[in-house]
Amino acid sequence: MKRIYLDHAATTAVRPEVVQAMLPYFSQLFGNASTLYSYGQEAGRAMEEARNIMARFIGAKSSQEIVFTSGGTESDNFAVCGIAWANQKKGDHIITSAVEHHAVLNTCKFLQKRGFKVTYLPVDHYGFVDPDDVKKAITNKTILISIMHANNEVGTMEPIAEIGKIAKENAVYFHTDAVQSFGHIPIRAEELKVDLLSASAHKLYGPKGVGMLYIRKGTKIVPFLYGGEQENKRRASTENVAGIVGFEKACEIAEGTMTEESRRLATLRDKFIKGILEKIEFTQLNGHPTKRLPGNVNVSVKYVEGESMLLKLDGKGICASSGSACTSSILEPSHVLTAMGVPPDVAHSSLRFTLGRENTEEDVDDVLGVLPDIVKELRLMSPLYQEKRGS
Amino acid sequence: MSTYSEKVMDHFNNPRNMGEIENPDGVGKVGNPVCGDVLNLYIRIENDRIIDARFKTFGCGAAIATSSMVTQMIMGKTLNEALEISNRAVAEALDGLPPIKMHCSVLAEAALKSAIDDYFKRK
Repeated sequence: MKRIYLDHAATTAVRPEVVQAMLPYFSQLFGNASTLYSYGQEAGRAMEEARNIMARFIGAKSSQEIVFTSGGTESDNFAVCGIAWANQKKGDHIITSAVEHHAVLNTCKFLQKRGFKVTYLPVDHYGFVDPDDVKKAITNKTILISIMHANNEVGTMEPIAEIGKIAKENAVYFHTDAVQSFGHIPIRAEELKVDLLSASAHKLYGPKGVGMLYIRKGTKIVPFLYGGEQENKRRASTENVAGIVGFEKACEIAEGTMTEESRRLATLRDKFIKGILEKIEFTQLNGHPTKRLPGNVNVSVKYVEGESMLLKLDGKGICASSGSACTSSILEPSHVLTAMGVPPDVAHSSLRFTLGRENTEEDVDDVLGVLPDIVKELRLMSPLYQEKRGS
Repeated sequence: MSTYSEKVMDHFNNPRNMGEIENPDGVGKVGNPVCGDVLNLYIRIENDRIIDARFKTFGCGAAIATSSMVTQMIMGKTLNEALEISNRAVAEALDGLPPIKMHCSVLAEAALKSAIDDYFKRK
């Protein structure tokens, strides 16, 4: 059976060129970058070259502003906790939003238990944070604002540059979780006025287990791991050289392909969304029609539960995701859709398709070909649909 | 998403007794769209014996499979026998459910009890 992978927001397949770039660093150039003999120096050079390229890619002033981590979650934890612990004498207040990834949200919840105060800003029905709300939430105790660049569920792109300006004016550190957008849409740290930015390699056809935290020079932050002097004493642990080289390669390719690829994906996305809304009654788009990530499609198919649709799609070889409670372990529907004011029953009916480089128009047509029948079959079983038809 | 047994997937993909009964002798409506599960169970009874059972369900794979299974398990049973069917028995008949999905079997048992209750109320 032909398989169609439409969950690129979850993870992506590593590009063959990336695998090729990484391969020498497993056995041949295996050295520990902290050593002074040739093996170590080779590894160290590869890593520093990667750091330079990454710095250029996001418009950092210096490669020393790039810290390699184990992934997006670590970068988010590092940013939020690192700023909180380093600046607690100055203040104890953190501003974030209700739609952040759990890597930020649960870190904030942890800090709340340790005495920090956290403001979770609401969003509008598209998922946008209002920069005015950020401004109003700032107090003389605020030490950090953490707002994501683009949302992982609905793809909404937040007004980061505007929030960055407000943060700067108020001399508050600003972190953005750019895990979903990094390598897909252009990001310039200087233009966004961010002090910290999280990214992860496996969302842009790089390997899992490697990420990055951009830390603007002069930012007061405590280290994330204690031990050796790696990463400028900010994150001890022998570096994942192969992963770092792979991450860099993925960025290098993204830099060259991003403009064209994002245009291509946005066209597919718009066709996909239009197709679902036209072919299936009682459906709605979640998130903004245009200010969303180029590959993100998030719809609710009312009166059908999300997981049941995913199982039927999987039966046809189609891999997607849902914000239904049944796909999580907490039995609550997506916190993102809920914060956007989507009623729980409609959130349970959500489907997320995230397009990527190997997807074609044919894939979209294939899904649009089978989804209406899947929905029809499940709605036939649904007492909610029956009530709707009856009324 | 959880990993389901083959039996769960079979009942999900080929649900038994899906539909409604016209003028049923008992109806059990349980669950809530807000929670993501709604189960309607319809039963026909003759001489204290369930001679037909149908369901309609809004819910995940496990919710649909447990609905299907419970209709199959009660078919032809006396009311007393049907009342003895526990949620655990429904889950076992499906070769088990992931722990997080056990509440679906609870819902199936609740629908069954509610349908039988409804029958006694109507009598």
